[in-house]
Amino acid sequence: MIRLIAVLMLAALAGPAGPAGADETIVAGMSQNRVSITADFDGSEILIYGAVKRETPPPGNRGPLEVIVTVEGPSTPVTVRRKARVAGIWVNNASVTVDSAPSFYAVATTGPLDHILSDTDNLRYGITIERVIRAVGITDEAEKAGEFLLGLLRVRTNEGRYRILQGKVELTEETLFRTDVILPANLTEGEYKVRLFLLRDKRVIASQERVIGVRKEGLERFIFNLAQEQPLVYGLISLVLAAAAGWGASAAFRLARA
Amino acid sequence: MQLYLPIAEISVNAFLILGLGGIVGFLSGMFGVGGGFLITPLLFFIGVPPAVAVATGANQVVASSISGVLAQLRRKGVDFQMGGVLLAGGIVGSAIGVWVFRLMTKAGQVDLFVQLSYVLFLGLIGALMFQESLRSFLRSRQAGGAPVRRSHVHSWVHGLPIKMKFRASGLYISVIPPLLIGAAVGFLAAIMGVGGGFIMVPAMIYLLGMPTKVVIGTSLFQIIFVTAFTTVMHAVTSQTVDMLLALLLILGGVVGAQIGARVGMRLKAEQLRILLSLLVLAVALRIAVDLLVTPSELYSVAAGVLP
Repeated sequence: MIRLIAVLMLAALAGPAGPAGADETIVAGMSQNRVSITADFDGSEILIYGAVKRETPPPGNRGPLEVIVTVEGPSTPVTVRRKARVAGIWVNNASVTVDSAPSFYAVATTGPLDHILSDTDNLRYGITIERVIRAVGITDEAEKAGEFLLGLLRVRTNEGRYRILQGKVELTEETLFRTDVILPANLTEGEYKVRLFLLRDKRVIASQERVIGVRKEGLERFIFNLAQEQPLVYGLISLVLAAAAGWGASAAFRLARA
Repeated sequence: MQLYLPIAEISVNAFLILGLGGIVGFLSGMFGVGGGFLITPLLFFIGVPPAVAVATGANQVVASSISGVLAQLRRKGVDFQMGGVLLAGGIVGSAIGVWVFRLMTKAGQVDLFVQLSYVLFLGLIGALMFQESLRSFLRSRQAGGAPVRRSHVHSWVHGLPIKMKFRASGLYISVIPPLLIGAAVGFLAAIMGVGGGFIMVPAMIYLLGMPTKVVIGTSLFQIIFVTAFTTVMHAVTSQTVDMLLALLLILGGVVGAQIGARVGMRLKAEQLRILLSLLVLAVALRIAVDLLVTPSELYSVAAGVLP
């Protein structure tokens, strides 16, 4: 069933490729399609690679082939707050709610985005981060709502959550491409959507989608689940651990003194 | 060694946390305080979300207080009756504190609220303690002997109704002041992630007139239960107790506390009190500076959950 849906999705994605590009498609792979957050997790590097499959030689009359790879983490609504000086101290005194913003977003390209991607296709496929964040109606919430969006982009970029990696996709002979995307240590659990786009003359001619599953595993999974599903038991276990450590220290101290 | 914290959802250096726990444990062992007022701001500083820092700080205080109270029990330094009354007030205060904490988190003002509480209470207590200990230090130098302290002062506190006999403290006073002090400390424990010993100890000595011998033990006894209650409340209402983080802090803390306690024995009581008050003032100042200086980033982002 899942496979059937995947095939249908791929077919649907291949649909808007446009008549001129129908003969160039993507064959893609990833170094891993799941990331386990274990106790020693310290970020992860994913290699995304692929090849351009064509039945005929590359068209000579069109612009060079370009590749864009995006990796998108699970989205949540976010509240963006702004500090201002009130009575001498800095407090949060204005906020807007953004309907949906990804917890992680990386765009890797073969060249400068404004040279290889048209505004219309950016809007249509939602490629740059500005097009991925859904912020309908925030202009009603505060004046200068745009500044809050810029603030959101700046904060998340500084945290390493939003990345633009222009020129970081290596393309060899208009056929083979590869890029590395670093997933940071402060990763959120969920499905990470990987999208690959082929472009010529600033237009998308083929695209494909993959998914990386990011999950806490082992001890992390156990602790997190316990905290969410059995909060009372979890709280009590935390206390027992603390009590045991406190008592143990006292006993050890007495032994050391005796 | 990097370690991913399952609840705080950040990756930290395990040795950094052990070291932090160790330093705070050292200071708490030396001065006989829980150390929550140091742990929580330090956790903010290394990037632990405030809600997790406060809840986990409370859990850490449970461990250090148990370690401390066991030592006091052997010296018969715990007044269980007084501890019980303080505790009753403490549970109520803690429940209110956890509730206020949730309201403030929703309003996006929790950082400010926690920071202001720190500046206000640490600044006030630190300044009072510094003034008092400096004066007694100077007096002991001039006179060359121990300062004269009245052990029992009659004040308005002793005129209140519902009196009760506290045998270990040798007091016959109303239960209202201990209940109120307990409630205030419980409230602070919940919103600041502290045990509240730095407020309770002076309150017991100066407001209730308890003998110094039973003050620390009784305060620790009460703190164990209030912070335990706070930990469970935070775990149940907001799932913000990070067991792994707490365990690291506790491990570092218990070792540091043993060393600190030995160093503390070599120093004079007045010197200890002056050092402690300076430490408290330094923490208050550090947080006040954050509130007063123009921040480098005016915007902050809080992720919500999908409806």
